[in-house]
Amino acid sequence: MGDAMLDVRDLKIGATAYPPGEPPQEIEIVHGVSFQLEKGKVLGLIGESGAGKSTIGLAALGYGRGGVEITGGEVWINGRDILKGGMRGLRKLRGAEVTYVAQSAAAAFNPAKKLMEQVTEAAIHHNRFPKSEAEARAVTLFAKLGLPDPETFGNRYPHQVSGGQLQRAMTALALCPEPDLVVFDEPTTALDVTTQIDVLAAIKEAIRDTGVAALYITHDLAVVAQVSDDIMVLRNGDKVEYGSTDQIINAPQEDYTRALVSVRSIEHEEQPPTPDPVLRVSGITARYKGTPFDVLHDVSVDLHPGQTLAVVGESGSGKSTLARVITGLLPPRSGEIEFAGRTLSPALEGRSREDLRELQMIYQMADVAMNPRQTVGTIIGRPLEFYFGLKGKEKRRRLKELLDEIEMGDGFIDRYPAELSGGQKQRVCIARALAAKPKMIICDEVTSALDPLVADGILKLLLNLQKIENVAFLFITHDIATVRAIADSIAVMYRGKVVRYGSKSQVLSPPFDDYTDLLLSSVPEMKLGWLEEVIAHRKMESAGN
Amino acid sequence: MMRIPFAAAVGLFFTALYFLAAIFAPLLAPYGMAEVVGDVWEPSSATHLLGTDNIGRDLLTRMIYGGRTTIFIATAATVLSFTTGSVLGFLAAVLGGWADQLLSRAVDLLMSIPSLIFALVVLSVMPVTVPVLILVMGLLDSTRVFRLARAVAVDINVMDYVEAAKLRGEGRVWIIFREILPNALSPLVAEMGLRFIFMVLFVSTLSFLGLGVQPPEADWGGIVKENKDGIVYGIPAALIPAFAIATLAISVNLVADWVLNRTTSLKGGRG
Amino acid sequence: MAPALKLLVQRVALGLMLLFLVSALIFVGTQILPGDVAQSILGQSATPEALANLRQELGLNEPALTRYFDWLFNALQGDFGTALTNGQDIAHSVGNRLKNTLFLAFWAAVIAVPLAIFLGLLAVRFRDRWPDKLISTVTLASISIPEFLIGYLIMYFVAVKLRWFPSVAMINDGMSLGEKLSSIAMPVMVLTLVVLAHMMRMTRAAILNVMQSAYIETAELKGLNRFQVIYRHAFPNSIAPIVNVVMLNLAYLVVGVVVVEVVFVYPGMGQYLVDHVSKRDVPVVQACGLIFAAVYIGLNMVADVVSILTNPRLRHPK
Repeated sequence: MGDAMLDVRDLKIGATAYPPGEPPQEIEIVHGVSFQLEKGKVLGLIGESGAGKSTIGLAALGYGRGGVEITGGEVWINGRDILKGGMRGLRKLRGAEVTYVAQSAAAAFNPAKKLMEQVTEAAIHHNRFPKSEAEARAVTLFAKLGLPDPETFGNRYPHQVSGGQLQRAMTALALCPEPDLVVFDEPTTALDVTTQIDVLAAIKEAIRDTGVAALYITHDLAVVAQVSDDIMVLRNGDKVEYGSTDQIINAPQEDYTRALVSVRSIEHEEQPPTPDPVLRVSGITARYKGTPFDVLHDVSVDLHPGQTLAVVGESGSGKSTLARVITGLLPPRSGEIEFAGRTLSPALEGRSREDLRELQMIYQMADVAMNPRQTVGTIIGRPLEFYFGLKGKEKRRRLKELLDEIEMGDGFIDRYPAELSGGQKQRVCIARALAAKPKMIICDEVTSALDPLVADGILKLLLNLQKIENVAFLFITHDIATVRAIADSIAVMYRGKVVRYGSKSQVLSPPFDDYTDLLLSSVPEMKLGWLEEVIAHRKMESAGN
Repeated sequence: MMRIPFAAAVGLFFTALYFLAAIFAPLLAPYGMAEVVGDVWEPSSATHLLGTDNIGRDLLTRMIYGGRTTIFIATAATVLSFTTGSVLGFLAAVLGGWADQLLSRAVDLLMSIPSLIFALVVLSVMPVTVPVLILVMGLLDSTRVFRLARAVAVDINVMDYVEAAKLRGEGRVWIIFREILPNALSPLVAEMGLRFIFMVLFVSTLSFLGLGVQPPEADWGGIVKENKDGIVYGIPAALIPAFAIATLAISVNLVADWVLNRTTSLKGGRG
Repeated sequence: MAPALKLLVQRVALGLMLLFLVSALIFVGTQILPGDVAQSILGQSATPEALANLRQELGLNEPALTRYFDWLFNALQGDFGTALTNGQDIAHSVGNRLKNTLFLAFWAAVIAVPLAIFLGLLAVRFRDRWPDKLISTVTLASISIPEFLIGYLIMYFVAVKLRWFPSVAMINDGMSLGEKLSSIAMPVMVLTLVVLAHMMRMTRAAILNVMQSAYIETAELKGLNRFQVIYRHAFPNSIAPIVNVVMLNLAYLVVGVVVVEVVFVYPGMGQYLVDHVSKRDVPVVQACGLIFAAVYIGLNMVADVVSILTNPRLRHPK
C-alpha cells in the first residue's frame, strides 16, 4: 500500500439532478469506491453508461464535470490527498502529475491553435521541460504513436488531421509533460473498429515505454482486457468486482461480470437459402442529391423469408444508404428491387399501401423514432388503424397481444415514451413494426445505442419473434459479435460496395479478402494477448509481402 | 397540482389586469374618451386620479381607452403574424424544394430591411388607418415567425418518427397536424408572447412618431406624443403611458418565460 | 486562403445583390400601393388637370421600370432628386444629417461596445451569482421598455430635474467638439442603454458557448488558471461570435437612432425620415430608406466577413 501512486479511498461523488417540474435534487452517483494503482500499472475501469467510470477517472484530477462534485473520501496521489490542496494544489497537479485523454479528441483540441502548441502547453506551463525540449519530446511521441511526418505534424491545425490521428495526438499531449498518471477516457470509442486497433496498439506501447501509470476507462471489456493489468467492474456507482485482468476475463466471480464476459449468449442455427427470396436487390447504384459521387456501387443481395441478412460495415460504408434505397426514401440511379415477388417502385410515392405495410423499419435511436407526444397505445395502434382499419375493442385486443409479444404487458398503453427505459423504447418500436404484420423488417443498428445486457435481450426477442411470425430481417450493424449471433447470411460492405457476400459460415471462414480479413481481425476478442497476436500477425504478413 | 412561480404569477396577474381593463374600458373609464373635463395638465386629484392631459382630458380615461387600442392592435397583428408565419413556415419545411427556397429567400429579403424603416416607407404612401397598421405590422413581423416555425418544423421533419410516418404511407395532413404540430407548439407559444410585446412596442413607437393611431383616437404611444412637451416643464404625464407599456411588456415576458421553461422540461406529452 | 477568399467574394456579392433587391422593394413599396405621389401631394380635392400636370412634371407617366432604373442610377451617383415638399436637393440635406446621425451613433458605439463586452465577461466570470442575475434582470426590463420611454425618463430627470444638459440636442458646424459632445450626451446615453443590455446578454451567451467546449476542459485539465484558460483558449475562438454580436447591435442602433432623434429633436437622418413620412414626401423617404437599409445590410455583411476571416478551418485549409 505504501508504494501505491494512486490511492482512492471511499470516494463519493454527487451531482445535481433537475427532475422536470420539481426543484433540483442532490443525488449521489458514486457510492464510496476504493482502489489503488501502483506505479507503471494500468487499471481498467469498466461499466455501462451511468456506471460512474468517467466520473471516477476525472476525480483523479480533482475535477467534476458540469455540476458534478466530489462529496466524500480521499484521493491520494504520490503521498498526498489532492482533495485537501485547494484549487492551487489541483492546478499544480493537473497537466503535470496527472493528465487526461478525452473520448472525442476532435472536440478536445482547440480549433484555433496548432497541435504542437497544444501538445507542449502543459509541459512548458508547469516548467517540466523548456520549450525546445518539450517540442523534441512531442516529436518523439508523434513518431512513437505512429503519426505521419512526426517532424512537421505539430504544425498542423486540428481540423487538418484525421480522427484517429487526433486521438493519438491527444495521447502525445497527455504524455508530453512526463506525468505519473494518465486517465484515458474511452479513447477509442469514437473510432471505427479498423482504426481502433492501431490506436489501441500505439497507446499500449506508449504506456509501456514511458512507464506511466494509467486509468483506462471503457465500456468494452474486450478492449480493456488488451491494455490493463487489473480491472474494476462498476455498476450504478458501485464497485462490482475488482481483480487481475486474467481473473476477470477467465474466472469472473460476480453474475454481472460473467454476463459482461459472455455477452452474446444467443445460439442461432444458420438456415439454408430458399428458392424464393422475399427481397432481391440487384445492381443498385445510388447517390445523394446534389453530390457528385455514388455512395452505392452495383449492390446486389438477397434476403430469404424468415431469415436474417446482416449488412456489415464501418461508418461510411453505405450500409444505411442501402436501407434508404430499399425503403424508397432514396430512389437509386440504377438497379431494381424485387419484394415479395413484385418489382417495387424506386420512390416511396409510387409504392402501394401493401408494399409499405409488408416492409417495416426499426431505428437505431428508439428515442427519436417515437413521437414524444403520443402514447404507446397511439404509437402501436396507428398501424393497426391505418393498415387494417381496426377500431375499439378489436384494436385494444390486438394491442394487448402485441404488448405481450414484446414482453411488456398492457399496463404500458397510456405511457409516453419519456417514461420508458431504453430497452422498453426499442421494444415498443419493434411492436409498431410487427403491428403491420410485415414480411420483412429493416433493423438499422437497433442495438448499438443500448447497453450490452439490454441489447442481448432485444436480440433474443427479435430471434424469437422471427420464429413465430416468420418475418425476415435485414440487419444493419457494425458489430461483428451481433452478426455472429443472429445472421443467416452476411454482406460485408466497404466504400459503397459489397466486398463479400454469402452464408454466415462462408463469409466468416477463410480464405478472406483483404478488407474482410482486416475487419474481422480488428474486432477485439475477449482474451488476453489478442492485440499482440494480431499486431504480430500483421507485421509478419506485411513483411512477407 | 401545478405550482406557478412567483414571477410568473405576478406577470399573469398584470397581464390579466391590462386585458380586462381593455375589454371593459367603457365601463371602467370615469369620463368620455375625448371629453375635455378640466384644465391643461392638472396634477392628480380625487376627480382625476392621473391628472389631465395637454388639452384637459382626463388622463386615466385616455389611458384606459388607449390601452384598449394598443392591446387590440397588438393582438390582431400578433394573430395575423402568427397565422401567416407559421402556416407558411410549416409548408416551406414540409414541401421543401423550390417552394421552400422561394419563401425563405423572400423572407431573407424582407428581413434585410429593419422593420421600423420598412414600415415607415410603406406608411408614407398608405393611408394610416387601424386595419392598414395591423396589416403592415403583422405581415412584416410574420417573417420572424416564419423563420422560427420553419426551423422548428425542419428539425422535427427529419426526426425518425416523422420518417416512420412517411414510410407507413401517412399523408401530409397527418404529418403536419399529428406529428409536427404537437411538437412545435411549445416553442411557438412562447414565441407568441415575445411577438406580442414586440407588437405593443412597435405600434406605440409608430404612434409616438405620429404615424400610428391618429387623433382623436387614443393609444399609449399617441398619449406620449400628445404630452411629451410637458416633460420640459417638469410635467410627467408622458411618462405614465410609457410606464404602462413597459409593465405590460414585462408581465407578458414573465409569462412567456415561464411557458417556455415549463414546456421544455415537460415529460412526455402531458401538458 | 483560397476557400476563404471564395466565400468572401460570395458573401460580398450576396450583400450587393441584397442591396439591389432592397432598392427594388423600396421603390415598389412606394409606387404600386394605392394612390400616387401626385395625389398625395395635392390631396383628395385636387382637380384632374392639376394632377395630370404634376404627374407629367414628376415623370410619373413613364413606365415604372424606367423610373426605377433612372432613380437607381441617379442614386448610385449620389443624386436622390429633390424633395417634393420644399424642392431642396435631397442629397445635400441627407449629407449633413447623415453626418450628424453617424456622429451620434459613433459615440454611442464607442461607449456601449467596450462596456457591453466588459459587462458580458463579468457576467460569465460571476455566472449564476448576483452580477449575472442583475444583468439578466436588466436585460428583461430593457427589451420591454420602448426607446422613447428611456429617452423621456432621462430627459425628465437629467435635463429637467437636475438641469445637467439641455433637453434638446441641437448641433451645428460652428460648435466645438466639446460643445457637440455635451449637446449629444443625453441621446448617447439613451442609445447606449438601448443596445447595452442586448449586447451584454449576447456576449455572455457567445462566451459561455465557447466556455462549454471540450477544449476548455482540456485547458483546465492542463492546470492552467482561469485567466490563462480564457485568454489563451476561449478568447481566440470568441472573436468571431463577439464581432457578430457587436455588428448585430450596431445594426439595431441604426433603428434605435430614429426614435431617439425624434425625442431629442436632433437634426439627423431619423428625424428627417419621420418628418417626410408624415408629409408623404416619397423621394425623401425612398432615399432615407435606402440609406438605412444599406447601413444595416453593410453591418451584417461585415459580421459575416469577420467570421469567415477568423475561422481556422477556412484560414488553414487542408
